[in-house]
Amino acid sequence: MEANAVRAAIGQVLATIAPEVALDALDPAAPLRDQVDLDSMDFLNFIVGLHERLQVDIPEADYARLVSLGDLVDYLVAKRPG
Amino acid sequence: MIEFKLPSLGADMDRGRLLEWRVKPGDVVKRGDVVAVVDTSKAAIDVEVWHAGTVHALLLQPGDDVPVGTAMLTLSGADEPVEAAAQTAPGAAERAAAPAGPAGPAPLAVTPAASPEPALGRRRISPAARKRAEELGISLDTLAGTGPDGAVTIEDVQRAGSAAVGAAPAAAVTPAAAAIAERMSAMRQTIAAAMARSKREIPHYYLATEIPLEKATQWLTRANAERPVTARILMAALLIKATALAARKYPELNGFYRGGKFEPSAEVHVGVAISLRQGGLIAPALLATDRKNVDEIMAALADLVKRTRAFSLRASELSQPTITLTNLGEQGVELVQAVIYPPQVAIVGFGKPIGRAWVEDHSLRLIPVVTASLAADHRVSDGHRGALFLAHVRDLLQEPDKL
Repeated sequence: MEANAVRAAIGQVLATIAPEVALDALDPAAPLRDQVDLDSMDFLNFIVGLHERLQVDIPEADYARLVSLGDLVDYLVAKRPG
Repeated sequence: MIEFKLPSLGADMDRGRLLEWRVKPGDVVKRGDVVAVVDTSKAAIDVEVWHAGTVHALLLQPGDDVPVGTAMLTLSGADEPVEAAAQTAPGAAERAAAPAGPAGPAPLAVTPAASPEPALGRRRISPAARKRAEELGISLDTLAGTGPDGAVTIEDVQRAGSAAVGAAPAAAVTPAAAAIAERMSAMRQTIAAAMARSKREIPHYYLATEIPLEKATQWLTRANAERPVTARILMAALLIKATALAARKYPELNGFYRGGKFEPSAEVHVGVAISLRQGGLIAPALLATDRKNVDEIMAALADLVKRTRAFSLRASELSQPTITLTNLGEQGVELVQAVIYPPQVAIVGFGKPIGRAWVEDHSLRLIPVVTASLAADHRVSDGHRGALFLAHVRDLLQEPDKL
């Protein structure tokens, strides 16, 4: 799946949790949770939202690899079929 | 004839302003019907009635700002006997004094009004944008957001900052934005009043201890590995359950101090401090916490966080916490020394879990550790009992499968 489509999906899910955040303003290489104030419940809802939107299974063991926006895009692109 | 009174929504909300009636004399109402919309410092709420009957008279005019417990309307032909406890607003002093009171629904329930104002739940401004606006001296009320759903982004603030040079500040405050700003200010005042009262009246004592979370973390990792993402559990659920069980064991930390004496609560309703994205916090009760299993607590917590941020809480949740828990979570710092929320007598805090070198059984390991704290009311309990309470929380978290 194309990185841009994944990025758009991330933006849509993030907007439901932190509506004030403009995805374009985020540094894709910096830790997401330092830039967007997401508590553990917010982060869980974020993962659930990505799972529902992209049909990608995201095991908890993989959370540690999902630090920056760039990490997330790479991970989801690789996981997503097609 | 039943007098229907304005319910309390917690110790810090002692007044409400009638926005509108949803009923008129002669209307037949049933349990759960919305009879009025009342504005409090935290939200506009729908007030529901828990008696069936016919509206006889409306005793207030829209715009009236009245104390909790003021009669709002009278109902005739009520379908059930009028019990003292059922007639009393949930926040009134009699509430906890009547542990044998009705076990059914609270006399009143409150749900958010379909208010014409934009929901305060999401004043869509990031902390960074708000900070920048403050630096630039721009009123947030004047900003139009260009982010998703009208969210104000930092770019909007910058743009307004450039445009505002030379312009009269805050000249174009919209009524809706002004109402939001007013409510935020009111919430801050409400928190200030409750916390000032706490610090004035309650002789706090403070305890803290480090709790190893190795077993709890391992248990969660195992449990969550088998679960779909939608059924995963957060550490917060374990902390809440352990706190509830310890509160049941040490009743002098669970209840209310009112009228110069302590009223222990037979029920454990842990209030969970939930921060709001735009600032401020609310600590609604996770009802009957000690009787829920961890999965039920997780589901209830997720629901409570969602509804709190949408200002969709019931009166019973706002007025009933018997002890409060504040959890700084992963993005916080190690220790919180919290302020008791009156008339409660204790508040438990959990800091950010961090990796620590831990010595146990003559071996040194790196494990996650959380600092748990207790602030409690010295009029009711002593440090010795408080320490036993915290130690019990620690012990409970060493056997997570039993929570």
